[in-house]
Amino acid sequence: MDFDFNEDQRLLQQALRDFLAGECPPAWVRAQWETDTGRDGPFWKRLAEVGVPGLLVPEAQGGLGMDETDLALLLEETGRAGLAEPVVATSVGVALLRELSGDLAAEWLPKVASGDARLAVGHAGSPFVADAHVADLLFLANEGALHAVPAAQVRIEAQPSVDGSQRLFLVGFDVGEPVAEGDLAQALLDAALDRGAFCSAAEALGVADRLIELAVEYATQREQFGVAIGSFQAVKHMLADVKVELEYARSHVYRAAHSVATAAPTRAVDVSMAKLAACDAANAAAKISLQVHGAIGYTYEQDVHVWMKRAWSLDLAYGDSVFHRGRLCAGVIDQTIPAFAFGYQPLNP
Amino acid sequence: MDLTYTAEQDAFRKEARAWLEANAPSAPLASFDTKAGFEAHREWEKTLHAGGFAMVPWPVEYGGRGADLLEWLVFEEEYYRAGAPGRVNQNGIFLLGPTIMEYGTPEQKARFLPKMASSEEVWCQGWSEPNAGSDMAAIQTTAVRDGDHFVINGQKTWASRGAYAHWLFGLFRTDPDSKRHKGLSFILAPMDLPGMTVRPIQKINGKAAFSEVFFDDVRVPVENLLGPEGEGWNVAMATAGFERGLMLRSPARFQSTANRLVRLYRKTVERGAPVAPGMRERVARCWMDAEAYSLNTYQTVSKLLGGGKIGAEASLNKIFWSELDMRMHELGLELLGPRAELLPGAPAAGDVGDWLDGYIFALSGPIYAGTNQIQRNIIAERILGLPRK
Ligand SMILES: Cc1cc2nc3c(=O)[nH]c(=O)nc-3n(C[C@H](O)[C@H](O)[C@H](O)COP(=O)(O)OP(=O)(O)OC[C@H]3O[C@@H](n4cnc5c(N)ncnc54)[C@H](O)[C@@H]3O)c2cc1C
Repeated sequence: MDFDFNEDQRLLQQALRDFLAGECPPAWVRAQWETDTGRDGPFWKRLAEVGVPGLLVPEAQGGLGMDETDLALLLEETGRAGLAEPVVATSVGVALLRELSGDLAAEWLPKVASGDARLAVGHAGSPFVADAHVADLLFLANEGALHAVPAAQVRIEAQPSVDGSQRLFLVGFDVGEPVAEGDLAQALLDAALDRGAFCSAAEALGVADRLIELAVEYATQREQFGVAIGSFQAVKHMLADVKVELEYARSHVYRAAHSVATAAPTRAVDVSMAKLAACDAANAAAKISLQVHGAIGYTYEQDVHVWMKRAWSLDLAYGDSVFHRGRLCAGVIDQTIPAFAFGYQPLNP
Repeated sequence: MDLTYTAEQDAFRKEARAWLEANAPSAPLASFDTKAGFEAHREWEKTLHAGGFAMVPWPVEYGGRGADLLEWLVFEEEYYRAGAPGRVNQNGIFLLGPTIMEYGTPEQKARFLPKMASSEEVWCQGWSEPNAGSDMAAIQTTAVRDGDHFVINGQKTWASRGAYAHWLFGLFRTDPDSKRHKGLSFILAPMDLPGMTVRPIQKINGKAAFSEVFFDDVRVPVENLLGPEGEGWNVAMATAGFERGLMLRSPARFQSTANRLVRLYRKTVERGAPVAPGMRERVARCWMDAEAYSLNTYQTVSKLLGGGKIGAEASLNKIFWSELDMRMHELGLELLGPRAELLPGAPAAGDVGDWLDGYIFALSGPIYAGTNQIQRNIIAERILGLPRK
């Protein structure tokens, strides 16, 4: 039993934090909002050089061969930076390729690891597919079967989102040979949804942390009544409350990382708890950060709304809160899917 | 990261489970805020001690079994699963004990820890005074050195279990000219010394849960000073850390309540009694929050075992568990409907259980061990770095 990250994992996190702080400051994130695709191919290549998209790719195929417990800390950093690149979808796609193995995996995994391919995934959690416009290979479900469709064979229709970092599409394709059918396809799609939800939760932690940081910075420097507004208890206590919420969400997300990595029987409920806790914390941090900033925070020019909108879109990604609340209740109340109290014991029959 | 138990930890769990199944009282004991209940709980502590389970993480020489904090968590999980009695000596074993381990002399450890582990001596905590609540540095009770004794004058209040406890630990002003955090000392005093008067105070359920303690020229030998003279504040902060953080409220306590709440919800629905829309999810969320508390504690323990320390983070825990406890009991009462206000002895009370009692206790959670407002100040200033003024 060791519920902590090791030194290497922490170092990797710090390295990515420093890299992103230098390479994609808020001004860069906002500039991406204004471009056609909202995505930056050369930057994706550089992200691959630091190992991010290839993290889950086996070493034999040029990746780092790591698992979700390593990924969790890195996604916190992409969330903190407000990075819009398709790291989550690609990670979910990599896991599908790994499971499917064979020629498909042999062809695509090295390309992902080298930054020459991006992946997109359609799933039951949403009618929309994120980043379908830049994906080289798309995983799409049709009548219970799973298809791997190259970019040239899809038709996409953009669905602009309030979050300029989020690029959503309705996707159609000519149905060919599926890569998986029946129970296997279902299991793969379930795992993809859980993995994507966990990844979104990990990003939401970073988003929440950033929103709290922005508020603390502002509250320390902004003065009213002759003192820093951060010295007012009303301000302190709001921020303290959301800090509590964030730290406990973190625990759920780290456990979900482990449950996804080990395909634990409780994976579905663990992931739903992580998604709910982290997205609630991010949304609470957004509201409180806005309140602490006052009117300046309500402007387009200030950065609060950029992260606030990340919080909104992550909340809807890979199953909205209604979906995850439903699964939580199915596990805890109806006990139709497994939920075990950590350490304590399974729920009573 | 590895979230599985070792074979030794599993074996320890089995051993603890079997022992508790065989030995834990089958019916709840009377409240330890009554004289009879207090003694019944001490008897239980003796049984626990004889079985080697009184203080699993303590060294064997002091009556423990030298287990690590993970095994302590496992034991707590089994303890709550078995529905075993509350710990009457909790202020001793969970708060003072670790402080003595850190600051005590070898003589003090040998003198106090074994009798604490067996509950031969039950402890109460004497920090608060009428004019020193949240502002503990305003303590006025003096302990003036006279040869090899301290002479104590003044008053402590709200000492939990003070009515029946044998010993009191507290902070006293040993330098009468000192101000605030300076000049305070951490002193251990038996409750039967001449000049000491204990006046029980009933808490809102009418039981003598805490006490005022008056000191009138009470002479305490200097060897009862814990840690350096005048440095009592720092010693007390270590104790407060144990109280807010890990020891006092282990996660199994809340997981156990959350599981009972889920069962109560299911039973209420099965019975066809009306249940508010949204109740299902609120109950599930409580279960989820209890889970977060457990996971977070395992993280903390892993960090400590890896050589890390906990500081102001203890304030995060205190807010989380105290508010969760209140939420869970509020839902429990809501599910009981019109029977929620019935005392257990009421003819129609049926299976109301101890939700009401638990709720009344939960209400004090945001007050004791440093109010939640004080914890928020600490989080804001020491964790987030917001300006004090
Ligand atoms: C069940 C129970 C058991 C207890 N057991 C013990 C015990 O064994 N030993 C012991 O020594 N004490 C004990 N206490 C006392 C407890 O430690 C104090 O009640 C607590 O420290 C608060 O002090 P107070 O009651 O004087 O409230 P006050 O300090 O007067 O506070 C009243 C209100 O003002 C708020 N407030 C005060 N200062 C600030 C501030 N700076 N910022 C914002 N808000 C503020 C508080 O949060 C609170 O809401 C116990 C209390 C209870 C309820």
